Amino acid sequence: MTTRLFGEPIARREDPRLVAGDGRFLDDLGAGALAAAFVRSPHAHARIVDVDVGGALDVDGLVAVYTYEDLDGRVAEPLPLLIPHPSLHAPRTAHPLANGVVRHVGEPVAMVVASDRYVAEDACDRVLVTYEPLPPVVGIDAALRAEHAVHDDVRDNVAAHMVQEVGDTRAAIAAAPHRLELELQIERSASMPLEGKGVYARWDAADRSLRVYSSTQTSTSVRMALAAKLGVPVDRVEVVAPDVGGGFGVKIVHPWPEEVLVPWAAIRLGREVKWVEDRREHFVSSAHERGQQHKVRVGFDDDGRLLGLEVEFLHDNGAYTPYGIIVPIITSTQLLGPYKPGAYRVEFRSLYTNTVIVTPYRGAGRPQGVFAMERTMDAIAERLGRDRAEVREVNFIRPDEMPYDHGLIFQDGRPLIYDSGDYPASLAKLKKLVGWEEFAAEREQARAEGRRVGIGLACYVEGTGVGPYEGAHVRVETNGKVVVATGLTTQGQGHETVFAQVAASELGVPVEDVAVVTGDTRRFKYAVGTFASRAAVMSGNAVALAARKVRAKALRIAGEALEVDPADLEVVDGVVRVRGVPDAEIPLATVAVLANPLRYAFDEQAKQATQFAVGGGAEVPPVADDDEPGLEATDYYSPVRSTFANGVHAAVVETDPDTAEVKILRYCVVHDCGRLINPRIVEGQIHGGVAQGVGGALYERIVYDEHGQLLNASFMDFLMPYASEVPTVETDHLETPSPLNPLGIKGAGEAGVIPGAAVFAAAISDAEGLWIDRMPISPSELWELRRQKTPEGDA
Amino acid sequence: MSEDLHQTRLLVNGVQHTVRVPARRLLADCLRHDLGLTGTHVGCEHGVCGACTVLVDGLPMRSCLLFAVSVDGAEITTTEGCRSADGGLGPVQRAFMECHGLQCGFCTPGFVTTVTAFIRDHPDPTEAEAREAIGGNLCRCTGYQNIVASVLRAAELVGEEGSGEPQGGAPVGREGSGA
Repeated sequence: MTTRLFGEPIARREDPRLVAGDGRFLDDLGAGALAAAFVRSPHAHARIVDVDVGGALDVDGLVAVYTYEDLDGRVAEPLPLLIPHPSLHAPRTAHPLANGVVRHVGEPVAMVVASDRYVAEDACDRVLVTYEPLPPVVGIDAALRAEHAVHDDVRDNVAAHMVQEVGDTRAAIAAAPHRLELELQIERSASMPLEGKGVYARWDAADRSLRVYSSTQTSTSVRMALAAKLGVPVDRVEVVAPDVGGGFGVKIVHPWPEEVLVPWAAIRLGREVKWVEDRREHFVSSAHERGQQHKVRVGFDDDGRLLGLEVEFLHDNGAYTPYGIIVPIITSTQLLGPYKPGAYRVEFRSLYTNTVIVTPYRGAGRPQGVFAMERTMDAIAERLGRDRAEVREVNFIRPDEMPYDHGLIFQDGRPLIYDSGDYPASLAKLKKLVGWEEFAAEREQARAEGRRVGIGLACYVEGTGVGPYEGAHVRVETNGKVVVATGLTTQGQGHETVFAQVAASELGVPVEDVAVVTGDTRRFKYAVGTFASRAAVMSGNAVALAARKVRAKALRIAGEALEVDPADLEVVDGVVRVRGVPDAEIPLATVAVLANPLRYAFDEQAKQATQFAVGGGAEVPPVADDDEPGLEATDYYSPVRSTFANGVHAAVVETDPDTAEVKILRYCVVHDCGRLINPRIVEGQIHGGVAQGVGGALYERIVYDEHGQLLNASFMDFLMPYASEVPTVETDHLETPSPLNPLGIKGAGEAGVIPGAAVFAAAISDAEGLWIDRMPISPSELWELRRQKTPEGDA
Repeated sequence: MSEDLHQTRLLVNGVQHTVRVPARRLLADCLRHDLGLTGTHVGCEHGVCGACTVLVDGLPMRSCLLFAVSVDGAEITTTEGCRSADGGLGPVQRAFMECHGLQCGFCTPGFVTTVTAFIRDHPDPTEAEAREAIGGNLCRCTGYQNIVASVLRAAELVGEEGSGEPQGGAPVGREGSGA
């Protein structure tokens, strides 16, 4: 056995069960449970005239059919507005089942419960819903025109309006020697985890307790929401996130309609009920993101230094706003990246449309903001005839300016203050990695051969590890094994491994002896959830703090047992020993036994711990006033503000002169997320993020027609990249520790996807010599841009 | 309106099962819900993602596009059957672990079966061939780079250890119970 420490690229603890088919995902649970299925609206906007469930009643195996009229108590109320904000002046949320009006295709209208899913879907087909179609509002332009309203009482379709400004931006731009105006647009996409959502509920009528399994990014908050909605005392509700097949943001939203209705039906029926989302349902009834239109006005000096930056953008939030306006707030603040903008003014409107709701998808507003900012940098470089990297460099916040206060309010309601980062060093590493200086010659060489190649780069800063807190419980068992529990959830990030590494490092035990549980409210009840690249920062530090408490207690008890000063003790490979004294040692397992004075000896080991065996003497209580039994501790980490990771990406692409197909020749990443707990896992996060960046730049888009019908609600038509589309990613790291947390770490989960659209737009622009202002871009769109540039057509 | 049931025999990971299923029962659902072999996952239900890939008489097929009755009598291998003869993880499974070829693990069973068949037929693939081999399976987490590495590593392991052939957990011919 070896003690594997923080920072080592160890193999993942969760892998053996996952490769062997022994994982337990939501639909792997609940054999024999009743199956729920939903009747969903085929219309983007319609009044429900009648719901006739009569035909469904003939289906053999049907157990129940529910419509809005059947809902009771708080289940009949609208779903919660999770993140209210003063600028969100017209928030609207859906009912679990549509109450009179449907506002997007896919909105649930009726729930069927039956013996199995096949039968439930048969019954759904026999529920006849009569609709009176209403005019749909589709797309940002239609929402803004407001000829029709998504919600009767929000006539202008504006859910939110927010302005932040530092300095007198318009005056600064007006006085600048150079000015540019740009319009930049990103289309809708979606998280699209390979496992959809799912809920499985068990009501124990005798115990009056509810256990719910959900494929969620936040089990603790689902628990609170369900207790409130269902009127079950919170202590009688447990929520477990089992193995979860990817999240990427969409599973942070809660409670989903199904997440309320399935447990509600389980209680009513006194039966186990399960619902597993199918792929089409996921497309039309989960969440999308990314759709935004931006106008940028910028003033700059001869070196390309920003003097004033004004950004106005429109955000399509879909039919409802359960998750508030987190995405546009992030765009509006994180757009600034590593740069000092001079004066800065940002204004956005968040608009209702008759489409699926918009909530964070990995990157969460940053890909759009980075696209706007980085295209602006490219445009400035082009205007001035300067090197694109050089223009970025002159605008960087320098390391000696850290911490850097932008004077804005970030998405966590706290000041936007960067804690650390060395942006010039990141850029220098990237330029070296990709061969930036040498590329001009390569491009010329390729052109001489009739090939079109181009390079692009993009920088970003990502606020990670947002609060308010996470906690952890660490316990040393009497067999020496360590059990760690934290409340936030896991969707593939390797938390079982990295939190074990943190605990093992802090405690001085072999990592093999540490077992980690996440996302199970039976084990840890206070948590926020996994999103915003926060898990490693938040729970990683909480685990470290709790482990330090346990270690201190272990040293105290061991010191008493060995009759030495605890300061002279160390823990190595699970044994507490006196430094420099070979045989003076006591295993942690024994310390754990000693930590819990027992009345009853139930086995040999317990005999050592009975009150007759241990204790400090007749006048000392077996458990001191300031002590607790057991070698265990709970602690919480709550940061004053977010910590800011950063990176620079570059891509080299080749475009086909005939077909306009884009081939990625190289993709380089320099990434700084502070200290790395497990470099292999961080690399994996970057690879996966880049793949989503490739998808978002070149392939993936959610396409609605003017009627609000989603035209590509399948994997045949929503083009997620296969291995054939994703390049090998070349990476390099900086490790600029965060001064904000004990471990010096920053988040890494979202980074890979953030600059994708910006970097590919730049590289394609460079290859083609034409300007790209909207992403994603398909070969036919690139071909069309070529045609517009040379109307006679070299394309 | 009850459905007709059809007796169907499936030899799954070396174990003979007889199930009585409706004609429309998908092979994926039959494996998962009738036989309790939940290692095979369903990601799209329209044959694009490849998570449900199993070997049917040795060939990778999408179990979400097959009816259980249509493979009556076939020999099926799922990721549960890609273990080593001694019951430990098989070479392909170990390669995915070693190379960090999975994150959430939902798509992984479909890769393991696909790669098992590929290496049987292409014991010494190039990197380009390895990438091509997994070109029909979607993964949303890894960006494929480490999966390509896993394919190459799996080929090495199979070469060293002599057999990548799927092994059943029990002797052929044992009757399993169906739904």
